[in-house]
Amino acid sequence: MAILIDENTRVIVQGISGRIGQFHAADMIKHGTNVVGGVTPGKGGEHFLGRPLFNTVREAVEATGAEASLVFVPPPFAADAIMEAADAGIKTAVCVTDGIPAQDMMQVKRFLRRYPESRKMRLIGPNCAGVISPGKGFMGIMPPHIYMPGRVGIVGRSGTLGYEAASQMKALGIGVSTSVGIGGDPINGSSFRDILQLFEADPGTDAVVLIGEIGGPQEAEAAAWAQAHMSKPVVAYIAGLSAPKGRKMGHAGAIVSAFGESAQEKVEILTAAGITIAANPSIIGATMAEVIGQRAAA
Amino acid sequence: MDIHEYQAKEILARFGVPVPRGGLAYSPEQAGYRARELGGSRWVVKAQIHSGGRGEAGGVRVCKSEEEVQDYAQSLFGRQLVTKQTDANGKGVYRLWVEAASEITQELYLGFVLDRKSERIMIVASAHGGMEIEDLAERDANSLRRMVIDPAVGLVPYQARELAFSLGLKGGQIAQMVNVLTACYRAYRDLDATMVEINPLIINGTGDLVALDAKMSFDTNALYRRAEIAELRDRSQEDPRESMAGDHGLAYVGLDGDIGCIINGAGLAMATMDMIKLAGGEPANFLDIGGGASPERVVRAFRTVLTDRNVQVILVNIFAGINRCDWVAEGVVKAYREVGMTIPVVVRLAGTNVEEGQRILAASGLPLHTADTLAEAADLAVGLRLKRAA
Repeated sequence: MAILIDENTRVIVQGISGRIGQFHAADMIKHGTNVVGGVTPGKGGEHFLGRPLFNTVREAVEATGAEASLVFVPPPFAADAIMEAADAGIKTAVCVTDGIPAQDMMQVKRFLRRYPESRKMRLIGPNCAGVISPGKGFMGIMPPHIYMPGRVGIVGRSGTLGYEAASQMKALGIGVSTSVGIGGDPINGSSFRDILQLFEADPGTDAVVLIGEIGGPQEAEAAAWAQAHMSKPVVAYIAGLSAPKGRKMGHAGAIVSAFGESAQEKVEILTAAGITIAANPSIIGATMAEVIGQRAAA
Repeated sequence: MDIHEYQAKEILARFGVPVPRGGLAYSPEQAGYRARELGGSRWVVKAQIHSGGRGEAGGVRVCKSEEEVQDYAQSLFGRQLVTKQTDANGKGVYRLWVEAASEITQELYLGFVLDRKSERIMIVASAHGGMEIEDLAERDANSLRRMVIDPAVGLVPYQARELAFSLGLKGGQIAQMVNVLTACYRAYRDLDATMVEINPLIINGTGDLVALDAKMSFDTNALYRRAEIAELRDRSQEDPRESMAGDHGLAYVGLDGDIGCIINGAGLAMATMDMIKLAGGEPANFLDIGGGASPERVVRAFRTVLTDRNVQVILVNIFAGINRCDWVAEGVVKAYREVGMTIPVVVRLAGTNVEEGQRILAASGLPLHTADTLAEAADLAVGLRLKRAA
């Protein structure tokens, strides 16, 4: 088991024929992802990477039964592409695009609320590395060889820090059920809490690594939810202990502007909720190994 | 992206917010001329810099004669104004705003921000303005009113009325406040702002609302469709290294330490800085080379980091996904040779094409220090730094 994607998930790629979309779609196919088609307006009827192309997401869904879409569309058109996927009945969309205007995302989030829970699309990202269930499939830009299949979930804002955690765990013989990058933007599709909920319900996941950073309320929200509802252990690391207040650290969302948004405050909030903190980024894997070991011994 | 007060006032006035009459000056003479042009007997001269806290820093003064306006302007031009919001270098004063002084009977606070919890635009207002919002939140939190705007319908007039009444406004002030709120919301929405702040919004001698100060920030991701806003960028107010790096696709933030950092990904960059600190060192900067970095971009990253004369050691930490270790390694080798490196360089590569990257580094014959893990890289960099200091 895994969350969001497995070997059976039928995936389309919006923007498959673009330079970046092309490279990563080929890599996804090479690693066994069930890519069933692509969407490039104006190229419907053609084939690309051995997969059929469609003009619209709706046509792609009708013809292929696609459930998931990876959005590789440039920032000015990305919000449109996400809303198109939602309306065409896609269940899970992953948007990698970095640089979408905040008001476009505001509109996207409002748009997604039009649908009843039963057919509401789940959006991961934007500005994220994507989602991978090692050995099964992935949608995104991560290097799949650094992940070992296993039973620990990863959720983080940062792509590269997620890689860091996965490789530390692999070195210790700990595998990953699914790794989810929720992205570095201030407005994103799925929050830490949303993904923790999925991991808690997933029989293939025993524990979760949460990688947060400065800025925004989502880590605190996740901590409160985990304390009240989660039976599986969570290990967290928060990046940015050395970041100065009021300066934007790369990610549009990584800026400390309110109480509870600094790394130190987030660490305190998570600790109070019973979450195990990895004090520094080089011991995320070791901390998880310890937590799993304690569970096994108990 | 930030703009100046006078630019924010011009924009908001265009949307219908009442602002005092004023004029821009690029020289002391022009400031004096502006005062004469405006008429009256009291003027406020305000330094135009991208920072709050100008008043306390001596960048705002009420003047009672043209000579005083000119003398004060003379003292401001070319000065680096250090406020509690700037760094120790402050911000250069190259423009002044000269305004007819207003009579103030009450100061209110009004702000529009992106609320990350509701993921919508939120209005924050208080009947007690004039101080920074952080201080206001600390000293007088109960006076703060908050209102979230549904993007599907925008600010609905009843919301604006509710807010106006809750601030204790009366009579004609209610309609004025509804007008100010609507104008600010439209400016925020139509121009892709990330922040609009009027502090203080005053009630003047005749009982009317006037925006005495104004601040606006804009979403850099949306500048492609806001050419008129992009034009307002003032590079004199930016850290030259940060804006130069930005022009080359690098996210750079200068800090106070001496270990230069070249990293991919914002999260990993922050984490590496944390590790350096933990190992007993201080990072000289935050730098994210971004995705798909070419060897040339890596060279540019080295040049950017080296513009900081404090840098004693450089730490390169790359975990490549969308990047390629071989390209990064080529960039490292190229940079080392081109800039005539005199300080130690630590390189840690992982992820996509890592073997090829390591091979390139080894084959270069350069005295690079390589590390396999994040902890090793940070320890090595801090160790080399201490050795240089000894």
